[in-house]
Amino acid sequence: MSVTERTSKVIGTSQLRKEDAELITGRARFVDNITVPGMLWVGLVRSPFAHARINGIDVAKARELPGVVAVYTGDELEFAAPLFMAWPINDEVKNPPHHPLTKDKARYAGDPVAVVVAESRALAKDAIELVDVDWEQLPAVTDIRAALEPDAPIVHEEFGTNNAGSWILERDSPVPRRGPTAPFFDDPQLVKIKQEYRLARLIPNAIEPRGVVVDVNAPMGEYTVYSATQIPHILRTTLTITCGIPEAKLRVVAPDVGGGFGSKLEIYPEDAICLALARKLGRPVKWIEERSEGYLATLHGREMIQEIELAATRDGVLKAVRVNLTASMGAYLRLVAPGIPMLGAWLYHGCYECDAYDFQYTNVFTNNTFTDAYRGAGRPEATYAIERSMDALARELGMDPVELRRKNFIAKDKFPNYTIASGLTVDSADYHGTLDKCLEVLDYDALRAEQKARRERGDRKLLGVGFSTWNEMCGLAPTRVLAALNYGAGGWDAATIEFMPTGTVRVVTGVSPHGQGSVTVFAQVVADQLGVDYDDVEVLHGDTQVSPLGMDTYGSRGVAVGSVALHRAGEKIIAKARTLAAHELECAEEDLEFEGGNFTVKGTDRSANIKGLAFNSWTAHNLPDGMEPGLGATELYDPPNFSWPNGAHCCVVEVDPDTGSVDTVRYIAVDDCGVQLNPMLVEGQVHGGVAQGIAEALFEEARYDDEGNLVTGTMTTYLVPGPPELPPFEVHDTVTPSPTNAMGVKGIGEAGTIAAPPAVINAIVDALSPLGVKNVERPATPERVWRAIQEARS
Amino acid sequence: MIPARFDYEVAESVEHAIELLDGNDDAKLLAGGHSLLPLMKLRLARPAALVDIGRLSALAGVSNGSGPLLRIGALTRHHELANDPLVQEHCPILAYTAGLVGDRQVRHRGTIGGSLAHGDPAGDLATIALTLDAQIVARGPNGERTIDAAEFFKGFYETALAPNELITEVRIPKTEAAHWSYIKFRRRALDWATVGVAAVVESANGGIEAARIGLTNMGPTPLRATAVEQALAGASTDSVEAAAAKADEGTSPPADSFASADFRRHLSRVLTARAVEEALSR
Amino acid sequence: MRSIAITVNGVRRELDVEPRQLLVYALREQLGLTGTNVGCDTTTCGACTVHLDGESVKSCTVLAVQADGREVTTIEGLQSNGDLHEMQRAFHENHALQCGYCTPGMIMAATSLLKEHPDPSDEEIRYGLEGNLCRCTGYHNIVKAVQAVAGA
Repeated sequence: MSVTERTSKVIGTSQLRKEDAELITGRARFVDNITVPGMLWVGLVRSPFAHARINGIDVAKARELPGVVAVYTGDELEFAAPLFMAWPINDEVKNPPHHPLTKDKARYAGDPVAVVVAESRALAKDAIELVDVDWEQLPAVTDIRAALEPDAPIVHEEFGTNNAGSWILERDSPVPRRGPTAPFFDDPQLVKIKQEYRLARLIPNAIEPRGVVVDVNAPMGEYTVYSATQIPHILRTTLTITCGIPEAKLRVVAPDVGGGFGSKLEIYPEDAICLALARKLGRPVKWIEERSEGYLATLHGREMIQEIELAATRDGVLKAVRVNLTASMGAYLRLVAPGIPMLGAWLYHGCYECDAYDFQYTNVFTNNTFTDAYRGAGRPEATYAIERSMDALARELGMDPVELRRKNFIAKDKFPNYTIASGLTVDSADYHGTLDKCLEVLDYDALRAEQKARRERGDRKLLGVGFSTWNEMCGLAPTRVLAALNYGAGGWDAATIEFMPTGTVRVVTGVSPHGQGSVTVFAQVVADQLGVDYDDVEVLHGDTQVSPLGMDTYGSRGVAVGSVALHRAGEKIIAKARTLAAHELECAEEDLEFEGGNFTVKGTDRSANIKGLAFNSWTAHNLPDGMEPGLGATELYDPPNFSWPNGAHCCVVEVDPDTGSVDTVRYIAVDDCGVQLNPMLVEGQVHGGVAQGIAEALFEEARYDDEGNLVTGTMTTYLVPGPPELPPFEVHDTVTPSPTNAMGVKGIGEAGTIAAPPAVINAIVDALSPLGVKNVERPATPERVWRAIQEARS
Repeated sequence: MIPARFDYEVAESVEHAIELLDGNDDAKLLAGGHSLLPLMKLRLARPAALVDIGRLSALAGVSNGSGPLLRIGALTRHHELANDPLVQEHCPILAYTAGLVGDRQVRHRGTIGGSLAHGDPAGDLATIALTLDAQIVARGPNGERTIDAAEFFKGFYETALAPNELITEVRIPKTEAAHWSYIKFRRRALDWATVGVAAVVESANGGIEAARIGLTNMGPTPLRATAVEQALAGASTDSVEAAAAKADEGTSPPADSFASADFRRHLSRVLTARAVEEALSR
Repeated sequence: MRSIAITVNGVRRELDVEPRQLLVYALREQLGLTGTNVGCDTTTCGACTVHLDGESVKSCTVLAVQADGREVTTIEGLQSNGDLHEMQRAFHENHALQCGYCTPGMIMAATSLLKEHPDPSDEEIRYGLEGNLCRCTGYHNIVKAVQAVAGA
């Protein structure tokens, strides 16, 4: 066995991705690429109405179609329990049963009412059309405020209201806030502003549609579910609950997954239906979502009305922030939906000091597709409200928005571990530093000078600049906090590292990446830590048979929790290897230095390489007394705190006031995600996040008509921006390590999406401010911009 | 995603295509398929049969007759139109606009004949045909006829073509001498026009001699902004803005998720002024 | 059913298809070439882009019968002698993909673009790929990758 010393570090370098080879050659294994012998195709019959009673379903014609194997209604396909909802935020929460196939009535356009099973994809499609449902259309409610009116149509009659429950920080938060806001809003000496923002409903649009394949071994009662999911582990547990198949008989595989952004952080009716069908028919089944179908059937995000009030001194010192949200749940409470607004609960005073803070929200049922986590989940909403409001306050006070931010930032010397006004403890930050860097890249003074010159010249195109200085809590999450918030699971994650006999390393992670590059990053972490070749590290994930424990990928937790778990498992391996090395080298453990894979007796040239130790631990011929064979370790890591990435973003726009068109001229992102394991991947995450944030600000909106029909029901009308619609990005960073974990990492997956929307809208409002415009609702479509100008003029 | 079942016939000749169409009222022609197939995939269209004329190579290509007309085969694809030297020379507005249709892949497949026959008021090439007073040559069981563009577009997705007729050629007046512009206002590059404005302007003695203004997506068919044309005829270049203010006269723009009818009216006025200015500057 | 023959990645393939069979499903489900993905049902996203007689097309909007007698190149056919095509390499080296689902279509669109337009500006690359949507990368690195090949 060759023993070589590895000294070069790969952590912190932009290693190209291990994941790419199959993806660039068309050899990836996405769910729709999986075919199982004897497989049948599943199609869902969905409600064309947002709200309608089912008076009967005639499936005879569909059953008669040659090639159709089965057709079932909600009464004919049985489940052990409704779909699982994991976040009953408090005792107030109203959680209706969500049956995979609705039985009594449809509560949103797209609600599945029957399922067809056929020999081919095309035949399943044909059979859907032959199912005849006797609908009795009911009045629908799709507007959040209208849903709370006394005479509103009721989505779930058993509750007698569409109010799904409220959460109040003062009452429900496990940590106390700094103080109540009422005295400040009553103080006549203070300047007060009140803003209302409406956040449009969004459709996540992972480019891979969802899909499920269920393979079955009927005699053994064993099932393998291949699902385009972010959460194979959570899916397995919840499918056990819904379908009554024990976890030991249920293997869930997330194969290559084509993006998620939260849309695949869900337990969907189709997952349960396909599993139930495979059991009932004893045959493998497959369902692949069509895009337009997915616009109805896959979760939506964001939609809420925000009321936010700020109180500040006349010279711009922020004193109090008060927030009241009304959030759309859609027709049911999905997996973690009731808690999504809560993920922003402690963030609505942003990066700023204040003396008092109040926050509450109310969840509302409407006849729309259910909402749940979409990239950033709760945190983009918070950043939007406070960053728009800071600009509004600056205007009110006649201050430069940058100056107002600087004046109120929590100072760098308050960290580490500073308890902010909302009550949570922030690990580390240098808010002034990131903003300074952003301003430097931008050349702020020059830009303001150009803006002034253009305004004086009377240029048609209006130049505007907008900022967003943001922070977030990610690395979800410390389990004790989750428990206090009534969340239905832990926030830990699992990692196993195992040396193979020949010295290669097998890493099994409980997170389930789907584009993030975790396989590459985790290999970097392990290679450096254990002193083995980067190419000798194999990272496995996403299959409950390989990785039985895990909490999956969402909430920027891959690095912040998953890699830390891995690192701690690595520490255990090094400890064991050290004991073995001391045994072999006949020295005390304390006398050994570990570097580049070698344990060296201090002051000598006697050493043992970890690969050799791994081989010896496998043969187990000469182990210390009591040591088990093998060199491997598992860590279940529960983070002691959230991690708190932050940053300063800036957008420069040109607005054409005659057409309302907005052109993003520059976009600068300066983010601080702590220590960067792979800067190339960090940058990539920022790019994608910013793209989705700009899309949210300028393009995307799921619009419904009064009857509850989704009028942006295809990719031709729901506007995911293409390459010409987005600018190049100027991405920079600062590095403030997190003191919470040994690696100093924080997380970057959601940064861009959190930061970008207020930067863009603030820039538009800045451009239009000479015309008297103070707000443009998002997305800032040409028509909305034009109308805002007309209203300001009139 | 998967169309309903249909019968499929490959036309061996124009006559064969007509014969196949003539026998079946529910048959549709398939050329590039980029108007029809998207509708069929959503099952918004479900013809009983498709007659595939895509292999009739005689219907593709551009030729330069000796007269004032450019002859464009119905199966000429957008990408070819955009890059054809004859079109670029004699009818630059058509080449330019063809390059704005859909996206690159769509332009590799979509044909001018298919675009016009589809009768979509949001189609860019229909507006150009109308603006340039193109002639559409159609053949049916009773032979060939030539339809003026002004007579061709009858309503929303409705044209003067009989169910058993097909477009063989589009004849476009050469406009190399005129100033031109086409402004396609759209949210994303790959989208249909929210509003499009074509301007073809002939100038003389520093003023405007005549102008032709076409509008995309401002009613059930492509439209001419006749009030603007009248106001510009013989006018000075100072009067463009005032003339453009009449752009939406006689239009009935749709309201959809892209824009309200009011905003489309507004856009048509702004864009008409810009198109004429841009044309004059060219 | 109709019998057709398509030359796919240089090999003549004979198959029986329903007239309504889309080229993309003929490739994926009948010929086992699952590299070409489906991302939408409205000819929008471009994930299914292949070359038909050398030009980029959205294979979800071509009937298999329309491809009868023609040549199709898919992502699987881009390598030669086992070597990555320079565009594939550029996507890897410039981190122009994350989840990788749009990538085969994006690469096929990009190679077609450069064939027709060998020396594009960044702006021309963006417009040249207007028919391909990516949700992960924000396109920044895709433009870089295409430019790397164009500039090579």
